[in-house]
Amino acid sequence: MDASILTILVFLPVLGAAAMLFVPRGRDELFRWIAAGFTGVQLLFACWVLWAFDRGSSQFQFEVMTAWIPSFNVNYHMGIDGLSLPMVFLTALLSFISVVASWKITKAPRGYFALFLLLDAGMMGVFVSLDFFLFYMFWEVMLLPMYFLIGIWGGPQRQYAAIKFFLYTLFGSVLMLLAMLALYFYSEPHTFNLITLISQAHKIDVMLWGIEMKWLIWFALFIGFAIKVPIFPFHTWLPLAHVEAPTAVSVILAGVLLKMGTYGLLRISYPLLPDQTIVFAIALAVLGVINIIWGAANAIAQVDLKRMVAYSSVSHMGIVLLGMAAVVSVRQGGTMAGAQLGMNGAVLQMFNHGIITAALFLLVGVIYDRAHHRYIVYPSDYKDKALRGKLGFGGLAVGLPIFSGFVALVFFAGLGLPALSGFISEAMCFLGGFSTFRTLTIIGTFGILLNAVYFLRAYQRMFMGSPNDKWSGLSDMSPREIGMLAPLVIIIILLGVYPSPALNVISLTMNNLIELVNAASSLAGM
Amino acid sequence: MPNIESLSFFLPELVLTASMVVIILVDVFMGPANRNRVVRQLSLAALAVTAYLLWVQTDPGEAIFFGALAVDPYSRFFKWLFLIATAVIFFVTPYTSQLLKTARHEYYLFLLAVMFGLFLMASAQDLIIIYLSIEIVSIGSFVLAGFLKGDRHSNESSLKYVIYGAFSSGVMLYGLSLLFGLAGSTNLFDVQRALASITGPGDLILVAALLMILVGFGYKISMAPFHFWTPDVYQGAPTTITAYLSVAPKAAGFALALRVLGIAFGDNLQFPADQWFPVGSLAIGTVIALFSGLTMTIGNILAIQQNSVKRMLAYSSVAHAGYMLMAATILNTQALGAVMFYLAVYLCMNLGAFMVVILVHNKFGYDDIDDWRGLGFKLPLVAVPMGVFLFSLTGLPPTAGFVGKVYLFSVLISSQQFWWLAVLGVLNSVVSLYYYLRIMKVMFLEGEPTGETVSDHPAMTGMILALMVPVLLFGVYWSPLMGWVRASLKIFTPGG
Repeated sequence: MDASILTILVFLPVLGAAAMLFVPRGRDELFRWIAAGFTGVQLLFACWVLWAFDRGSSQFQFEVMTAWIPSFNVNYHMGIDGLSLPMVFLTALLSFISVVASWKITKAPRGYFALFLLLDAGMMGVFVSLDFFLFYMFWEVMLLPMYFLIGIWGGPQRQYAAIKFFLYTLFGSVLMLLAMLALYFYSEPHTFNLITLISQAHKIDVMLWGIEMKWLIWFALFIGFAIKVPIFPFHTWLPLAHVEAPTAVSVILAGVLLKMGTYGLLRISYPLLPDQTIVFAIALAVLGVINIIWGAANAIAQVDLKRMVAYSSVSHMGIVLLGMAAVVSVRQGGTMAGAQLGMNGAVLQMFNHGIITAALFLLVGVIYDRAHHRYIVYPSDYKDKALRGKLGFGGLAVGLPIFSGFVALVFFAGLGLPALSGFISEAMCFLGGFSTFRTLTIIGTFGILLNAVYFLRAYQRMFMGSPNDKWSGLSDMSPREIGMLAPLVIIIILLGVYPSPALNVISLTMNNLIELVNAASSLAGM
Repeated sequence: MPNIESLSFFLPELVLTASMVVIILVDVFMGPANRNRVVRQLSLAALAVTAYLLWVQTDPGEAIFFGALAVDPYSRFFKWLFLIATAVIFFVTPYTSQLLKTARHEYYLFLLAVMFGLFLMASAQDLIIIYLSIEIVSIGSFVLAGFLKGDRHSNESSLKYVIYGAFSSGVMLYGLSLLFGLAGSTNLFDVQRALASITGPGDLILVAALLMILVGFGYKISMAPFHFWTPDVYQGAPTTITAYLSVAPKAAGFALALRVLGIAFGDNLQFPADQWFPVGSLAIGTVIALFSGLTMTIGNILAIQQNSVKRMLAYSSVAHAGYMLMAATILNTQALGAVMFYLAVYLCMNLGAFMVVILVHNKFGYDDIDDWRGLGFKLPLVAVPMGVFLFSLTGLPPTAGFVGKVYLFSVLISSQQFWWLAVLGVLNSVVSLYYYLRIMKVMFLEGEPTGETVSDHPAMTGMILALMVPVLLFGVYWSPLMGWVRASLKIFTPGG
């Protein structure tokens, strides 16, 4: 079981997609059951991994390594540590929940659920691969189903959103391809093994166009990852894709895909090229702060609830970047504890944001399914007299008590209210950042305030005030909808009051990474 | 090796020649009633025998016909590619509605003749044979491109092809004659020895000869700026012939160009030599790199604006010539292997894409991209493989096109030369995604699933699915194909 569990996790959804080919025509309800079955079993396996993972070991676990293409030294090499485990669990959980959220899909369900399972497999593969070639294949494989899921089942602007997403991310990943090949050919022995490369990559001593090759590799990787995160100014694909995608796909996009960018930085850029990481850390912090403020400011300006949630992701991922930049804390006059707070907080924030934003998008989907619009302006605020009083909500708390309760809790988690999970990880990131880049962090904390502005304002406009009669007939959440949100809300509360189970998983790996980055650096004497 | 002894190593080509004679005789003595069927069966039988003889062929250890032709694993690799391509075209010809009204016996005859020429191109190492083999292929192709006699596009395509072909092979012939003048021999190895000793004023002539030869090869593989015939010929020719021209003569052009440049302009008689022979102040690698960058950029940018699927695929095939030239800038085994691997993959994916074009044309008579609306819901068994072919052409995993591109880029990166070309290459891949996605968009993103599906042609669909298998298989496990390429990387050298 130990050696094959990761293979099962990755390829179980592929089996499910293959099974769908054999479903006869006219049995459309079978597809969602197959998808739910396979992602459900995958989630059970992921829970088992979570349980069986040895928290006291900093080694890669459940490792599997077989020769795949010997002549090119490509290996089928997988394994997980404290950085990948939260992401693996997040992927499995959100995939299952998203299938449940897609229950009402009627347009070409065979294609939808098959593509969804392939997407699931690709994401899972990225988080468990320890061979750069394998990692890259999964990274790219994911793009195809995503393109179709947005493009076929999305909103009115879906075609433009899908192609923009695809071109943007492909641009990033082809640069990554060149970086990958450069790492392979300029390290001795030639290898794609991400563990071996840790001790080899920093020895690369090649110049190109008068620039050190290692810097070029770093930047090529960085652009690839930055587009995924997305880091300002590479974020323009995000609001479009998130808004146009169907609910379940938005959940995956915001919940899992964005994490791949920061995961890639932590898994590949940080350990392989520590010198560059250290020099670049300040820029990372600056970009993080820009993300926080820019994302929040944009969110405030939105009148579409889904767009607002999408921009809130930009802001929250900025907090992750700020936490990651704290890796150089000691060098900047801070403490080792500061670095650990920042890096552990970054990974925890990746997980927490995945859960919170998934819940947010699900809730947006709930209201959109009923009202078929998502405008968050006061009905009386419309400049256009014809629209005045027609769009927008108000006083929904009266008719939809369960829904408004869920929204309140998740919104509060999003704005970082203590006792909910978002607070812990955001606080850790900011504390880590504060010990490292003081002024920047002070600026960044204003983002928290701005987050509160748009979340509270949206809540106020939707649920309070006098009810808009047009929406008085809406029904409250169904048991299926409550069922898919309940696990997320439980995790939000649980990790909010007792985060140490999650931190236990993460900390050993991250503390090792901090030491690795600081020790392997030839700048150590600086 | 003297002529008579050489014949036993020339059996595949002899069988092709004999079957052409038989087909002409059948054509004369047989009534028109079932001539098409009989000739097709004869041609398929000829292919089968040729394949068998190619399979059992042994290496003679020296060049046959007094050093004119090399029978080596390298040429055999390409001959298998030509055989596969020809067999696929033969298979689908009777199901191509464009060709149903015409008598097809001559069509098979000319295809066999072209294939014979391609076989010679893969083996040629003598300036005369080089020129002759190119001409055999070209003349057959001119006729085939204009095979739809009543169709104005087809006629135009044939005429354009003739004019371009005549011009570029004329220029090439002039270049070859300059080479002969410098070396005093038509044998490539003698040419190499002579070039190695040239100093002084011979340089300018050598530069002229090289560039003129590149014109001829450039025309054959549709390298910019000698690609202008490609879109018109591809659009006007019968689609089966377009499919054939896009893969087989291109592969032969690469096979021949790599052999000629590698032997004649390498700095030693080993093949592949490690270094280019410095031709005056001209670095051959840089010249090819410039052509490569120009070719892929022009191909991709012009493909964006096309509305006809065939024209779009024509420009895409120009772009792919550019990708392959990327590896040809470096003269070593790795580069040669990368090009061969890519050609094998390109054969499957491009033939596959054209098979889909044929099937769609049969069913709906469409050629405009916008007419393909909603095809993904009407003909899923065809549209999904088309998606695989297009993603493979873009170079996305898990398809063989991705692996092929990785090998091409590897050549540049491991040699640490022409980095700008590698960057240009990946950016071009992103551009190409845009127009390939346009087909995906109209097939899948536009139109609604109506639930009604059109019955697809079983034989054609089977062929399309069969071509999809290697594209997917070699995308995740390409060791067998790479193994074959490596085993074929033995090029005949005298005494080697």
